[in-house]
Amino acid sequence: MTVLGMALISGGVFFLVTGAVGMVRFPDIYTRMHAAGKCDTLGSLLVMTGLACHDGFVLTSAKLLIAAGFILVTSPTATHAIARAARQSGVEAWTAEGNR
Amino acid sequence: MADTFFLGAALAILAAAMLSLYRVIRGPSIIDRIVGVNVIGTKTIAVIVLTGHLFGRAELFIDIALLYALINFIGALALSRYFERKGVDVTSERAR
Amino acid sequence: MRRLSLFVLLFAAWLVLSGHFDPLHLAFGVVCSALVARLSSGLLFTETPSRRLLAATWGVVRFVPWLLVEIVLANLHVVHLVCRPERLRPQVVRFRTRLRGDVARVLLGNAITLTPGTITLDIEGDEFTVHAVSDIAAAGLRSGEMERRIARALDQSATGPRATEPAAD
Repeated sequence: MTVLGMALISGGVFFLVTGAVGMVRFPDIYTRMHAAGKCDTLGSLLVMTGLACHDGFVLTSAKLLIAAGFILVTSPTATHAIARAARQSGVEAWTAEGNR
Repeated sequence: MADTFFLGAALAILAAAMLSLYRVIRGPSIIDRIVGVNVIGTKTIAVIVLTGHLFGRAELFIDIALLYALINFIGALALSRYFERKGVDVTSERAR
Repeated sequence: MRRLSLFVLLFAAWLVLSGHFDPLHLAFGVVCSALVARLSSGLLFTETPSRRLLAATWGVVRFVPWLLVEIVLANLHVVHLVCRPERLRPQVVRFRTRLRGDVARVLLGNAITLTPGTITLDIEGDEFTVHAVSDIAAAGLRSGEMERRIARALDQSATGPRATEPAAD
């Protein structure tokens, strides 16, 4: 159980770090949101479930899983809201062809 | 053993948050900054939970993490709503 | 029925989050859950008929494991792109959905945002505007696999032709 938890946490940390690197490297708002929205969601999800595995069957684990579910629902919604704001205010998407 | 592991994980996530901070400072547009702040918020939740396990007070810190997740979500929604109405200065995006 | 299920849901959340099981706190929980269920029953799940609520919930629960697998694939795709940013081929895709109701559309929007290389930009009526990060991602979107699965989960039909065209911008 502990080993599984640590593996999950390591995976989560890996995705969180990759998401941050993507934030820096990607060329425009929309592509950055891909990195932010996906990697962060899965990263924190994995850290939470990993810690829940590490704790075993106690109340804290249930709370951790509730927090994970909450992030799973809200994070894409927040990403979508920000993307919508960018689109409504006329930010154009970066294309590979337009920047050659 | 477990403590060292948690500490390492928390430090790695903090380093990632610093990378996102670069995006918040550098911009170029306000939307990038909002995304950056949102990302830092999500990473902070993970760090708070890990800190709770480091200090052996997981049951206390998980409540704080839940609250932080709520505030992070509401904050992102409010900011994006505001700039959706107000409009973004697109010229700052061009001058990358 | 709707209020009762909302009450049970809220009370379960109260039990887990409070962690106190003495009579006083349980009584507080019952009062608060009943009050919130009474006040907000008009806001949640208003369009699903009460008798189908359980079936719909079960459908969504069955949908989640597939979604989790897709999320992991999406993340590996992003990791690949982070290492090779020159592979990026962003494009904007518009399509119409045949899913009915807000819950189904919210589910589809969130699922699109979480799965391989696509973000929902805007939902207007039944028209989705989606930003895809690469050609593979856009192709996956056009196949309509996600829509079919959500339709199956919520017991709606999603067959027949679908108008899909790349956006002008």
